[in-house]
Amino acid sequence: MANITVTPTRMELTRLKGKLKTARRGHKLLKDKRDGLMKQFLETVREVRALRAEVEEELMTVHKSFTVASALMSSEALEQALLYPKQSVELTMGSQNIMSVNVPVYDFQTKTKSDADIYPYGFASTSGELDTAVDALGHVFRKMLKLAEIEKSAQLMAEEIEKTRRRVNALEYVMIPETEAAIRYITMKLDENDRATTTRLMKVKDMILKQSLEEKRAEDARAMKAFGASGEAPQDA
Amino acid sequence: MATTYRIAVIGDWESVMGFRALGLDAYPVTSVEEAKEKVRELAKSDCAVIYLTETVGKDMEDVLSRYKDELTPAIILIPGREGSLGIGKNNIQRAIERAVGADIL
Repeated sequence: MANITVTPTRMELTRLKGKLKTARRGHKLLKDKRDGLMKQFLETVREVRALRAEVEEELMTVHKSFTVASALMSSEALEQALLYPKQSVELTMGSQNIMSVNVPVYDFQTKTKSDADIYPYGFASTSGELDTAVDALGHVFRKMLKLAEIEKSAQLMAEEIEKTRRRVNALEYVMIPETEAAIRYITMKLDENDRATTTRLMKVKDMILKQSLEEKRAEDARAMKAFGASGEAPQDA
Repeated sequence: MATTYRIAVIGDWESVMGFRALGLDAYPVTSVEEAKEKVRELAKSDCAVIYLTETVGKDMEDVLSRYKDELTPAIILIPGREGSLGIGKNNIQRAIERAVGADIL
């Protein structure tokens, strides 16, 4: 509000008043959006935290079994066993609109329908631990996909909230006060102009009155003089 | 939205091989540089979700933040076989801080 460069005209005042109204409405709307987003966001974040803890724990057991399996088998045999997957996953992605933020919704189809049918290797040459690992991985995978969905949503929402928060603050602390100050400035200036005009008019009126009074007096004086020269004064002048 | 996407897993060999059995695209990498390159490459292709082990993910913040605000790919950190480093949890915390301006949970 340091330097206001507005022309103090009535038109500018009308324009600024319109601007202020829009800014106020925008501020209210954005604030509502921010609050709504925040509510959704916090819910999502709680979910993410719980799910992440679960996934991490389950993945650790998977890794444990896997490590045992790789210890029991040679790495070549392990690689060979897992080289060509039987199962394949197709991911379809839709999007959902949460308060103007597009968040992904994942859905997946597996090629083989049964969970028991995913082992891409014969059981003869592999360790039982590998089966356990793959099986557990199959279970944790569903959770992992859900985690991906909500964690990404949380990230995207965080970005949107940050943006909205900035906008709200900019409107609240810069835009609206500045416009208000400008409006106040113009109103003051216009009022001042009004007063100046009134004063000037009064002054001019005074001057004109004074002038006409003087003219009148001069005329009177002239008349008196003329009368004095002729000698007698009429009774009713 | 009928297009199908792929799911990739990037990390050290032992951590990712299991995912191959599930039909995900597993990409074993040995260095961070390699992983970065792989992420960039996958982001350009039809890859919607990338799971990245924390061991590799901890040193490639630049690449991760590049894709953070985009719809695809979603890069999700998972613990590798060395155990959880807490980076994934940290990221959630950071998201909260970013949104709220303070750590409130």
